[in-house]
Amino acid sequence: MRSDTVISVRDLDLYYGEFHALKRVPMDVRARHITALIGPSGCGKSTLLRTLNRMNDLIPGVRVSGSILFEGQDIYALGTDVCALRKRVGMVFQRPNPFPLSIYDNVAFGLRVAGMTNRRRVEEIVERSLTAAWLWDQLKDKLEDSALSLPLDQQQRLCVARLLAVEPEVILMDEPCSALDPIATARIEELMLDLKAKYTIVIVTHNMQQAARISDYSGYMLLGEMIEFGETAGIFTTPKDKRTQDYISGRYG
Amino acid sequence: MERHFDEQLQELKSHLMKMSALAEVMIADAVKTVVERDAHAVSPVYEREELVNRMEIEIDESCLTLIALHQPAAGDLRFIMGAVRTNAELERLADEAINIVQKAEHLLKAPPLMPFEVIPEMSVLARGMVHDSLRSFVNRDVALAREVLLRDDRQDDLNAKVAGELTAFMTQDSATVPQALDLLLIARYLERISDHATNIAEITIFVEEGLDVRHHADQKRLVARPFRCSTHLEE
Repeated sequence: MRSDTVISVRDLDLYYGEFHALKRVPMDVRARHITALIGPSGCGKSTLLRTLNRMNDLIPGVRVSGSILFEGQDIYALGTDVCALRKRVGMVFQRPNPFPLSIYDNVAFGLRVAGMTNRRRVEEIVERSLTAAWLWDQLKDKLEDSALSLPLDQQQRLCVARLLAVEPEVILMDEPCSALDPIATARIEELMLDLKAKYTIVIVTHNMQQAARISDYSGYMLLGEMIEFGETAGIFTTPKDKRTQDYISGRYG
Repeated sequence: MERHFDEQLQELKSHLMKMSALAEVMIADAVKTVVERDAHAVSPVYEREELVNRMEIEIDESCLTLIALHQPAAGDLRFIMGAVRTNAELERLADEAINIVQKAEHLLKAPPLMPFEVIPEMSVLARGMVHDSLRSFVNRDVALAREVLLRDDRQDDLNAKVAGELTAFMTQDSATVPQALDLLLIARYLERISDHATNIAEITIFVEEGLDVRHHADQKRLVARPFRCSTHLEE
């Protein structure tokens, strides 16, 4: 295992009731790199992503075994503070989900929940977070407008800014561009490439080309198994497993 | 919006420029060995060839990765296709410099046959064509590419002139045949280098205008259709 491995998944099994959704999955996530999970619908990639900050806990009947170490600590160990975990490992969803509040209040939300009352400090963080999500210049004069009035890609970047405000270490993205057109998608992709200088990103995408364009590491999953995991350039030029080859060259199914 | 992809294209261009600069120095050193009978210039030519060979592999790899990861289209796709071909032309013209230096080593063992006038001129012309064809490719300068194509006629004339002179030597004195043959080949190698530069200039025109001018295909209206294997003769 490399010294800059931030998340290390070993022998992960996950059951939804009787259904065996993840089968002895291994994965190492490198700090300040983009790791993409690809594979056909139902292969378990979103399930795997959601185990990384224990979002699956919310689904009844889920059983998990194996280990997920986040900076050396097993996040499924008894006594883990799940709220603290989700602050450090944040998530951006498929559809932008800003709160029905102003742009400013969306970004400040997490800070206020965490008890930050110093207004000057909150303002600073809101500005810094919106700048990092490439929104400050466009939105600085309409911070009191409703977040729901923004176009979809700005809403999605606002969700990223909301996440950045609470200073996560890892950002999980579950098909963050599937509701966006190609131009808006390109903007989110460039934002991700910019963010990886400071953050570790794990993304699930249906769009193989997106994984190819932006990720450093890719994992191909099929029927709950991690078929192949490695550097993206290798996966897309010389995959080792024939099933990976078939999927990325469009011959699967 | 400046894309990360554009930065990678820029990097590819600078690698090709570096490879071309190595090849130009190789040609200059190889010809220096012939003209100035300077054996010191020999080993750097071989050393640079190793670098050129390594760069050829790296550039091919990075083109393959760019295509696989970015699915380039239109001008970007033509550019990367052009980079793959330019890469191969550069490697082959660097090989011609090796051919020259091998003949030069042979020539050093015998007294000089004649004063050199035309071969140095061919060398300058060839290096200029290599330099400018690469410049036209990375700067997308079609006017420069077309101008490089015109220079090739001069090189063909010079090659014919050298051949004429050497034939006269060989006819008068058969003892000069081994040296004359070496020099004949050296002129031929320089002429080939110019042909490779011409190919790079044609690649530039293809990349920029989507127009294939190889083998005068545009004038003969022999037009290659995209994504088909065969060519079609238009009515």
